[in-house]
Amino acid sequence: MGGRIEMREVEQVARLARLELSAEEKERMREQLDRILGYIDKLRRLDTEGVPPTSHVVPMVNVMREDEPRPCLPSEEMLANAPDRQGDFFRVPRIIED
Amino acid sequence: MVVTGLAVHELVETYRNGEATPSAATRAYLDRIAAVDPSVRAYITVTPERALAAAEAADARWRAGRPRSPIDGVPIAVKDLLCTKGVRTTCGSRILEHFVPPYDATVIERLEAAGAVLLGKTNMDEFAMGSSTEHSAFFATRNPWDLARVPGGSSGGSGAAVAADLAAAALGSDTGGSIRQPAAFTGTVGLKPTYGRVSRYGLVAFASSLDQIGPFARDVTDAALVLRVIAGRDPLDSTSVDVPVPDFVAELGRPIEGLRIGVPREYFVEGMDPEVEAAVREAIEVLKRLGGRAEPISLPTTDYALAAYYLVAPAEASSNLARYDGVKYGSRAAGARDVIDMYSKTRAQGFGPEVKRRIMLGTYALAAGYYEAYYGKAQKVRTLVRRDFDAAFARVDVIVAPTTPNVPFKLGEKEDPLAMYLNDVFTIPVNLAGLPGISVRCGFSLAALPIGLQFIGRPFDEATLLRAAHAYEQATGWQKRRPPLS
Repeated sequence: MGGRIEMREVEQVARLARLELSAEEKERMREQLDRILGYIDKLRRLDTEGVPPTSHVVPMVNVMREDEPRPCLPSEEMLANAPDRQGDFFRVPRIIED
Repeated sequence: MVVTGLAVHELVETYRNGEATPSAATRAYLDRIAAVDPSVRAYITVTPERALAAAEAADARWRAGRPRSPIDGVPIAVKDLLCTKGVRTTCGSRILEHFVPPYDATVIERLEAAGAVLLGKTNMDEFAMGSSTEHSAFFATRNPWDLARVPGGSSGGSGAAVAADLAAAALGSDTGGSIRQPAAFTGTVGLKPTYGRVSRYGLVAFASSLDQIGPFARDVTDAALVLRVIAGRDPLDSTSVDVPVPDFVAELGRPIEGLRIGVPREYFVEGMDPEVEAAVREAIEVLKRLGGRAEPISLPTTDYALAAYYLVAPAEASSNLARYDGVKYGSRAAGARDVIDMYSKTRAQGFGPEVKRRIMLGTYALAAGYYEAYYGKAQKVRTLVRRDFDAAFARVDVIVAPTTPNVPFKLGEKEDPLAMYLNDVFTIPVNLAGLPGISVRCGFSLAALPIGLQFIGRPFDEATLLRAAHAYEQATGWQKRRPPLS
């Protein structure tokens, strides 16, 4: 039992996923992911040599339409749910330093 | 007369012959919600003004003898991950607690164009991740058959609403069983249509290669009526498929004499509840008496489907849920140092433990170095699951199996995430293969809990699926029993 996923991997994945986790959450996450991955490991027993992957069940190519202007939702309605705005813009903490 | 217990097709008969009106029915449902929902807790939001306004418009159409559709004026509930213009859509999550969509999902537009009355938005596991509705950020929904038990999930609110007569029908979504499993647990009919059958425009995405919208109903006829309204190609969802939408109800009466019915050996496993197995085996006998030809079949990859699903679905979820960053909509955490810190704190505060777990699992499965071993492997397993079904459907017309291995469990009983996941072992393969599936009631346990029978069909052959389920339902009459609620 255990050892499939290490704490530094939990921390790395949380960083990639933009999730701040407390020390307690990290430890619980490590244990739970370890158990889930332990279950998923059963897939190794299944021979998939030469089997093509399925990403989507309906055979489908890109769906195109004519490039014609159509009405879209008014910006005021689209901005109405924004946690922070300035005029017609979404406002976020500073990204680029001076 | 008491209209809240009627099936949709019975309710519209009362509109037709003048015994009831859409606004009288809507008021009856709103009254019953006020009286009963405090103990069931199926709804996150109830919309009485919108419902009564829609009902009055329907009254006028029925009075004039010009209903818009066979569901005109029918009070319906929808899962709270379908966008409703001007009505809060939470997805069962803190992060969307105050989100008010600026547009309607296509299924909502189609329901309202058909004259349906929207009663409100139903509770669900956060972002549709769960099998009990205990993972709602707001409260757990109770099973109307036993309030100490879960209604299943993730569409538990929709299942409970229909079972407790708090709506005539409802919509849910099914990514790994989220319509069929709560339908089994609440003793309702739950239909997951073929992938591509129903537009997902305006459905808050969980796992885009698996998600599909479908109805909960009191009986198979009602499920067929609602499917007819919501199905069909939509230019706003490029994955919706342009195939004819038959009159599913007209097909229902045809006999099932000679129908080849596959019984998959892998769906009767060690550890399943013997009462469930007995009820499903008895149901197969009923189908045989109706002229169905039962044949044993094998779906050998079944045992691996759940593991593959728990890579594919979280991987897609980790990508879909990247949009919740506290910028365009949803809540934002205060006191961040910089923008990355703002994202990380917003998501930490806005998401519950199950959603975090799946985002972590999905991000891990997609990470450099693990991609082939996990996500790539799961996609190949998915091909094997499809091939199993293709081979089976060369020999049979429809497959029957249990919907779940167990009857509804108690709230708090499945604290271990993996134990919760295993509940979906019989519903997940259908999503991986994109097939239609339906759960109908096939009996009760000794403790009077409903048991679900699942029919699985060929792609876009909901007609055969519904016909087989309807023949079974009509032969048994299980759907007539009501939960012991006041």
